[in-house]
Amino acid sequence: MRRGLSAFLIGVVFGAGLAVSGMGQPQRILGFLDFTGAWDPALALVMVGAIGIHFVAQRMAKRQPAPLLSPSWPDYPFTRVDARLLAGSVLFGLGWGIAGFCPAPGIISAAAGVREGLIFVPAMLAGMALFHGMENLRARPVADETGAQPVSR
Amino acid sequence: MSPAVAALVGGALIGLAASALLLLNGRVLGITGIVAGLLGPDAGWRASLVAGMLAGGLAVALLVPGALASTVHQPALVLIAGGLLVGFGTRLANGCTSGHGVCGVSRLSPRSLTATAVFMAAGALSVFVARHVLGVSW
Repeated sequence: MRRGLSAFLIGVVFGAGLAVSGMGQPQRILGFLDFTGAWDPALALVMVGAIGIHFVAQRMAKRQPAPLLSPSWPDYPFTRVDARLLAGSVLFGLGWGIAGFCPAPGIISAAAGVREGLIFVPAMLAGMALFHGMENLRARPVADETGAQPVSR
Repeated sequence: MSPAVAALVGGALIGLAASALLLLNGRVLGITGIVAGLLGPDAGWRASLVAGMLAGGLAVALLVPGALASTVHQPALVLIAGGLLVGFGTRLANGCTSGHGVCGVSRLSPRSLTATAVFMAAGALSVFVARHVLGVSW
């Protein structure tokens, strides 16, 4: 219950921050990514503000045994820079530079009734569903050659 | 507020939210992971966070006209292609601008530092090809 309430209030601050920052304006995103044209560097300050504060919080977390409302810190199961990380980031970046939205500002823009967000978000959700569908297919047990019993790969 | 000050203030709020979620709930503020988790177990706090995010974003949009507005009007097929790439890519990479770009970079994770450099470079490539090779303007 308390975790749900804190998550809601944190969401409010996050959504407000995104809307204030300019991340919800695709023209600003495309301007920021246009390094060889009319480059608009201001959005780099979003990263500066966010990382400047969160870097300190990460240090604070290291000195505490546990979060205030939860028994444990996040676990980070992936540690290696692998092909999936690289390929996924390439695809994400290409799409970000085409649409001008990353996920959270896209979702907020769709809720605000912005045409571009309303088209972008269902496609984004479809892309996420496509990924999960492919993962499930890979993990599905396959029948062996006798066709008798499915076995796990 | 000038765009630069707005970017810094908005960024600070984003950092504050990520910090509170870590220090209170022990969770990473990664929006694609949170959205993907809406269909799984433990969806409650995720749904609360997304609802709050919409409330906060829409409240600012009411106070600051243009905060959520696009002057770029890509054809629908272009937006659909962009959305598919963003959705599939962020799940494959296990993170987007919030999870890798803010949270992971802040804890100096090599994966997140790499992901952030790669998606920014790929984004720049998209814009370069669209604007300076194909010459599109929408």
